[in-house]
Amino acid sequence: MLEIRNVKKVFNEGTVNEKVALNGLNLVLNDGDFVTVIGGNGAGKSTMLNAVAGVWKPDEGSIVIDGIDVTNMPEHKRAKFLGRVFQDPMMGTAPDMGIEENMALAHRRGKSRGLKWGISKAEREMYKEELRVLDLGLEGRLTSKVGLLSGGQRQALTLLMATLQKPMVLLLDEHTAALDPKTAAKVLDLSDKIINEHHLTTMMVTHNMNDAIKHGNRLIMMHEGRIVYDVSGEEKKNLTIDELLEKFTASSGKQFDNDRALLSR
Amino acid sequence: MDVLLNILNSMPGAVAQGLIWGIMAIGVYITYQILDIADLTVDGSICTGGSVCVMMIINGYSVPVAMVAAVLAGMLAGFVTGFMHTIMGIPAILAGILTQLALYSVNLKILGKANQALSVRKYDILISLQYLRNVPIFKNTIIIVSIFVVVIIALLYWFFGTELGCSLRATGSNINMSRAQGINTGFNTVLGLMISNGIVALSGALLVQYQGFSDVQMGRGAIVIGLAAVIIGKVIFGKIFRSFWLQLFGVALGGVIYYVVYQTVIGLGFDPDLLKLLSSVVVAIFLAAPHLKSTYFKKRPKKKEATENA
Repeated sequence: MLEIRNVKKVFNEGTVNEKVALNGLNLVLNDGDFVTVIGGNGAGKSTMLNAVAGVWKPDEGSIVIDGIDVTNMPEHKRAKFLGRVFQDPMMGTAPDMGIEENMALAHRRGKSRGLKWGISKAEREMYKEELRVLDLGLEGRLTSKVGLLSGGQRQALTLLMATLQKPMVLLLDEHTAALDPKTAAKVLDLSDKIINEHHLTTMMVTHNMNDAIKHGNRLIMMHEGRIVYDVSGEEKKNLTIDELLEKFTASSGKQFDNDRALLSR
Repeated sequence: MDVLLNILNSMPGAVAQGLIWGIMAIGVYITYQILDIADLTVDGSICTGGSVCVMMIINGYSVPVAMVAAVLAGMLAGFVTGFMHTIMGIPAILAGILTQLALYSVNLKILGKANQALSVRKYDILISLQYLRNVPIFKNTIIIVSIFVVVIIALLYWFFGTELGCSLRATGSNINMSRAQGINTGFNTVLGLMISNGIVALSGALLVQYQGFSDVQMGRGAIVIGLAAVIIGKVIFGKIFRSFWLQLFGVALGGVIYYVVYQTVIGLGFDPDLLKLLSSVVVAIFLAAPHLKSTYFKKRPKKKEATENA
């Protein structure tokens, strides 16, 4: 479903701030894989997701989605394959537009946008139904500006928008990190539900090791722009945090240094 | 008493001119408010629109043809700014300034000289300051310009409700989200700049007919007048005009209010040399207001809340 082949990305090349963000990264996601991604600070977790999304072109290597080489495809064209939810709840929605308008934008992802009216009546009913599932009372506020919603509400809406058109790959970039624990749990449950329901191939970056173990069928750990540990199936289910930390030290020769991840144990 | 009568006499002119600049301000609204870009191209494109219109009428083309050509010329100017911004990566403000400066030469070449008269007696033009009083209602300049305002607002209301228009609004509201939703933000930015400058050029085409000449200096400071109208529209009508088309209407009225105040101030004997300074200061104050309010006049959190947050 998704193939990352030997991708390399260096930021600020040739300066004192040079940073090798991805260093010959290889990863193959099978159809229906739900992969959780953990790693230390600056391990390249978000960079990997951005490479897939096409925020910039990698220096080397290629990215293949569903058999199509998208390495040189601009971000907005690639969007038709991808659903994305960002860490910052402000980033995934247009604050000056209504809830239904945001959903209508997402509903047309990957389709040409012409001079037909922006939202049809039938769509509006559909959006109401979809919003009811969130159980946040948003179904009665279709025309409210998204800028008025709370971070949790916006994140839930972004998640819904990302999956309104079923994506080939769903990219969740620490999408619960900016939320309070209760809201985070709710959004995570919702993610699980949507992913299982539609059998979505998913990559979820998280700093919470518990969540990384609890969710998905596969877990990868990154260090210095590469995958250092890749586990799935029964073995993954039976992992503990201590084992995970041990694995990290064994494979990287260093202590795990993601403060937030350690704090959230 | 004479002063008051003078001011009153100047009001129809102020309203007509205000409506024409209101159209210009609607163009500014599209870039400044919807696309979130301060586009300085307009100082040049308003004059380009006016100059193209004047020269085509003088050279025997009909007024509608001349005005359509003016709009197209304005859109071309917007395209140039958009191209420099999206393809060449020049910051929007600089791209606008570069186009604006280039247009000064272009406008001189279009006009052939710094100032070109367009006599209402020689040509059958649509509006004029001679057509403010004692003309049949369908020839009345205020009525005709009002029709233009209504038609433009109706067209924009329709366009920004379409799929493409919605994606353009999204581009201005959140560019990252727009790309993630498969919107070609570069294309939309260029399109928005073209629509905006097309409308600005149309107002230029109306303005030259109204005043009876085109002048290479006529666009100087246009962006400030446009912004002033946008801000006046927002401050005065923002609370009551919530829907999109009413906001555009508020912007057009903002232009009228600007010119009514302008004429009144002149009528009261204010030094006309200082008017641009005054406009600038007033716009600066209104632009600064939200920032000053949030920085210096923020409600202090109550002590209890402050400790809870700590």
